[in-house]
Amino acid sequence: MEFLNNIFVYIAQWIRETLATLGFTPVWVEVSMAVVYLVAILGVCTLAALFYVLWERKLAGYIQYRPGPNRLGPNGWFQTIADAIKLLTKEDVVPSEADKIVHLMAPVFIFVPTVLALAVIPFGKGMAAVDLNLGVFYLIAVTSLSTIPIFMGGWGSNNKYSLLGAMRAVAQMVSYEIPLVFSLLGVVLITGTLQLQGIVEAQSQVWFVLLQPIAFLIYIIAATAETNRAPFDLPEGESELTAGIYTEYSGMKWALFFLAEYCNLFIVSAMGVTMFLGGWQGPFLPGWVWFLIKTHLLFSFFIWIRWTFPRIRVDQLMHFGWKFLVPLSLANIFLTGIGVYIYKNGLGWW
Amino acid sequence: MLVQYTIIGILFLGALAFGAFTIILSRLLQPHRPYPEKLETYECGIKTQGTAWVQFKTSYFLYALVFLVFDIETIFLYPWAVKFQSLGLFAIIEMFIFLIILIIGFWYAWKEGALEWR
Repeated sequence: MEFLNNIFVYIAQWIRETLATLGFTPVWVEVSMAVVYLVAILGVCTLAALFYVLWERKLAGYIQYRPGPNRLGPNGWFQTIADAIKLLTKEDVVPSEADKIVHLMAPVFIFVPTVLALAVIPFGKGMAAVDLNLGVFYLIAVTSLSTIPIFMGGWGSNNKYSLLGAMRAVAQMVSYEIPLVFSLLGVVLITGTLQLQGIVEAQSQVWFVLLQPIAFLIYIIAATAETNRAPFDLPEGESELTAGIYTEYSGMKWALFFLAEYCNLFIVSAMGVTMFLGGWQGPFLPGWVWFLIKTHLLFSFFIWIRWTFPRIRVDQLMHFGWKFLVPLSLANIFLTGIGVYIYKNGLGWW
Repeated sequence: MLVQYTIIGILFLGALAFGAFTIILSRLLQPHRPYPEKLETYECGIKTQGTAWVQFKTSYFLYALVFLVFDIETIFLYPWAVKFQSLGLFAIIEMFIFLIILIIGFWYAWKEGALEWR
């Protein structure tokens, strides 16, 4: 049990020791470990995307009372692998009017925020690639970077649908970032640390979803908007903007956008689990199994939202973000601040 | 500390390399048969009209300005939140004054219609 709990920590330790016996200096051991982390993170990314694309299609199928993909392999479980191979060998069409460099750079850059964000997520006790003391702040900073490649893609395509989609994407991600950041602030007020491991350990008694229910709700809504998913999928909006930002992308470039989108959703779910649902804490099973179970449930919840709600209009989206979520999240900070102060110090005049 | 950020730097480069690698790999595997009609900008099948690089709605700009104010505010709020419990009553009152100033600004922007979608 203890061994299973720490299996990945032991593997990392074993690699470290092996490198040290091979005559690496401590600095070079750490640098080599970075490469190991990179491979692990890319593995998690690809596996998560491959699995969740299929899982979403399956779940969507069940929600709409149809079987979903069921031809390739047992119950269609090899469908995404076939899709990935197809995308890899598909012709890449770059429109002659496009800004070719920006058009090419966008899918290369889109993966950077994803990998950087996964670096700090604690999958288990001591199982973050880097346990930064600025964890939460770093995570917010890095995930908001994904606005830039999306805008690059929209602008570089020189297509009206892409430009409209990119404009919407930036406006939406920028607007919903503020409620997202404020909702996480409530948790930081309670724990007094930005370190993700510390936040998870602070939840050993009670999950923060119980102490911060409003913040959790705001987080779920803002995270759906940040990942551009229905009911906030205006940037892609296939019934009005063809494919929005992705209109002029084909083959592997499009696949990279798609991969990053699903990874981002995985990150957002993992972040929600870490901040509000107790992270890797849980009885009986190893920590990382608990973490994956919780992340899976939250991810499925996001899928459920997507296939249940219709898309909202742009003006409704902005009104809801600025005139409802921002004031609500500010009020939540006020309440949490007063609450924490009273809990710590008592009411002085009583 | 430095080691941690070195690892993040390597991850940054690695992520770039991953993107570049997959695109190059698919470039080697894919067919390449361009012709002028295929390379036209997509516009639902009709002839493309003009360019997409035009001046665009100002309402996006107003949202961006309000966002900037709030985003900078979060930079002040996070250190406050971390040290909140050890700073006591003074910090809570001071930060609430800061927030109230911000809320007055927010209310003004709201009143002036910066948050209206036109």
